Amino acid sequence: MSRRLKGKVALITGAARGIGRAQAVRFAQEGADIVALDVCGPVDTVIIPHSTPADLDKTAALVTDAGARVHTELVDVRDLAGMQAATDRGAQRLGGLDVVCATAGITSRGMALELDENAWRTMLDVNLTGVWHTCRVGTPHLIARGAGAIVLTNSVAGLRGLVGVAHYTAAKHGVVGLMRSLANELAPHNIRVNCVHPTNVDTPMIQNDAVSSAFRPDLDRPPTRAELAEAARNMNMLAVPWVEAVDVANAALFLASDEARYITAVSLPVDAGATQR
Amino acid sequence: MTGLLDKVVIVTGAARGTGRVHCERFADEGADVIALDAPAAADELRNTAREVENRGRRCVTGLADVSDLHAMTAAVDGGVAELGRLDVVVANAGIHIPGAPSWELDPRDWQRTLDINLTGVWHTVKAAVPHIGARGGAVVIISSTNGIRGTANTAHYTASKHAVVGLARTLANELGPRSIRVNTVHPGAVATPMVLNETTFRRLRPDLDNPTATDAAEVLMARNLLPVPWVEPIDVANAVIFLASDQSRYITGTQLVVDAGLTQKTT
Repeated sequence: MSRRLKGKVALITGAARGIGRAQAVRFAQEGADIVALDVCGPVDTVIIPHSTPADLDKTAALVTDAGARVHTELVDVRDLAGMQAATDRGAQRLGGLDVVCATAGITSRGMALELDENAWRTMLDVNLTGVWHTCRVGTPHLIARGAGAIVLTNSVAGLRGLVGVAHYTAAKHGVVGLMRSLANELAPHNIRVNCVHPTNVDTPMIQNDAVSSAFRPDLDRPPTRAELAEAARNMNMLAVPWVEAVDVANAALFLASDEARYITAVSLPVDAGATQR
Repeated sequence: MTGLLDKVVIVTGAARGTGRVHCERFADEGADVIALDAPAAADELRNTAREVENRGRRCVTGLADVSDLHAMTAAVDGGVAELGRLDVVVANAGIHIPGAPSWELDPRDWQRTLDINLTGVWHTVKAAVPHIGARGGAVVIISSTNGIRGTANTAHYTASKHAVVGLARTLANELGPRSIRVNTVHPGAVATPMVLNETTFRRLRPDLDNPTATDAAEVLMARNLLPVPWVEPIDVANAVIFLASDQSRYITGTQLVVDAGLTQKTT
C-alpha cells in the first residue's frame, strides 16, 4: 500500500454514505485520519431517502477498520456556526487539517419555470453556500499548516446544462467559480483547490424511485435497476450506466495527494465521457 | 435589419449604467421597453423612460427588487399587459459588493450577492418567459468575465456569475423546443459607476493617496489585449442587441465575451 496520505488529516462533508463515505474509506486506507461530517437527517424539498446516524457510524467503523482515527459530527453545511464548531473540534482532536473535501449535496427536480422558491433556495443553500461554508471554516486550518488541498465534489452539471435541474446546474456552476477564486486566493498559501465532476454515480442519490423514474418517463412505474441502467448508459461515452463512488474518491485522492502537487484550479471530469459525447 | 421592430423587451437594472444603454439601443432598433429597477432607483428610471420615448418608442417602467419574486411578477405582468406582448428578456440587474478573501467574506454579502445576481436572474426568467409567445424569443443574461474565470477576493461575485452560466445552459435546453434562445454576455470592466468609483480606484492603485480614473485606467489597460482600459456600455448593449435579434437566430447556450481580451491575455 502506497499510503499517499500518510500522517494527513482530511475533513469530509456528506461522509455518511455515497461519495463521502468512499472518500473517507479510501483516504483512510492511504493513511489519513478523517473528520467525517454529515447532516444525517431530512432536508426540506428533498424527497430521496436521507442519510442516518447509523450510516455515519458505519463510515466511522470502515475508517477504523482501515487503521485510521475518525471524528464524526452531525452538522448541516447550511449552519456556518455549527460547521465552524464541528471543524474546529475535529481539527483539535486529530491534530489540524491537510485536506478538505466538500462533498455534501442534495438533489431535487423541476423545470426552471416551474421550480418553487423553496426548492431553488434550499438547493443554493446546500450545494453552493454549503460548499463555501465548508471552505470558509476549513481554510484557516490549512493556512495554519502552510499547505493543503481542497477538493470540491461537483457534477457534469457544473460543466453542462442539464434539463429539469436548473437550480442544481446553477449551484454546481457556481461551485466552479468558487473553486477558481479560491485557487487564486490560496495559491500563495501553497493550498490547491480543484473540482471533480462525476456523471451518474451508483449511490442513493440516483438509486431511488424519484430520480430513477425521471430517466424512464416511458414507464408507468419506477424502473428496475436494469431498466435505469439501460437509460443511464445513453448519457455516457463508455459503455457503463454509472461510475462507482470509489472512482470519484480515487480522483479526489489523486487531487488531494502530493502526486497532484502542481495541479490547481482544475475541473476533472470522472464522467465516462459524458461531457464530450 | 435586426427584426426587433415593434418587439417588446424587458430590461432589469434599467435605471442607469449599462441597463439604461440597453433600453436606448432597443428603442433605436424600434422596440418598446419594459424598464425595471429597484424602488430606490425610481428617479433615474424615469430618465431611462424619457430616453426611450425620445426615440419614438413606448416605455413602461416598473419598480421591483429582483430578489422579490412576487414584486417582479407583478411588475412584469403589468408591463406586458400595457405593451401587449413580450419577445426579449435582458437580465441585467446585478451588484458587486467589494470583497474579501473567501474565508473572511461576510455571510450577508455572500447571500445578498447570490440573491440579486443569481436568484434575481431566475426570478426575472420565471416571471417573464411565460409571456413569450409561440413565435419564440430570446433571453440574454448579463454575466461577467468572472463568469468565465475566477479572481481573488470575489468568491461571492464569481460564484454568482458562474452560476448564471449554468442556469442559462439548462434554460437553453429546456426552452429550445419553444424557439426561445438563451445566452450570456460577459463584459470585462465597463465604464459605469460599478467600476468608475473611488473604492475601485483605491483597490487598483493602493500605491496612491488619491487615485483618479486615469490612474486606475493604467492598471486596467495592462490587463487587456486591446489598448483600452475598459469597454463602454454601448459595446455591451451592441452584443445584447445581436443576441436578441434574428441575426443570431441559431445561437443558443453560448457565452459571448466582451472584454477587450481580458480573459485571453497570456502575457
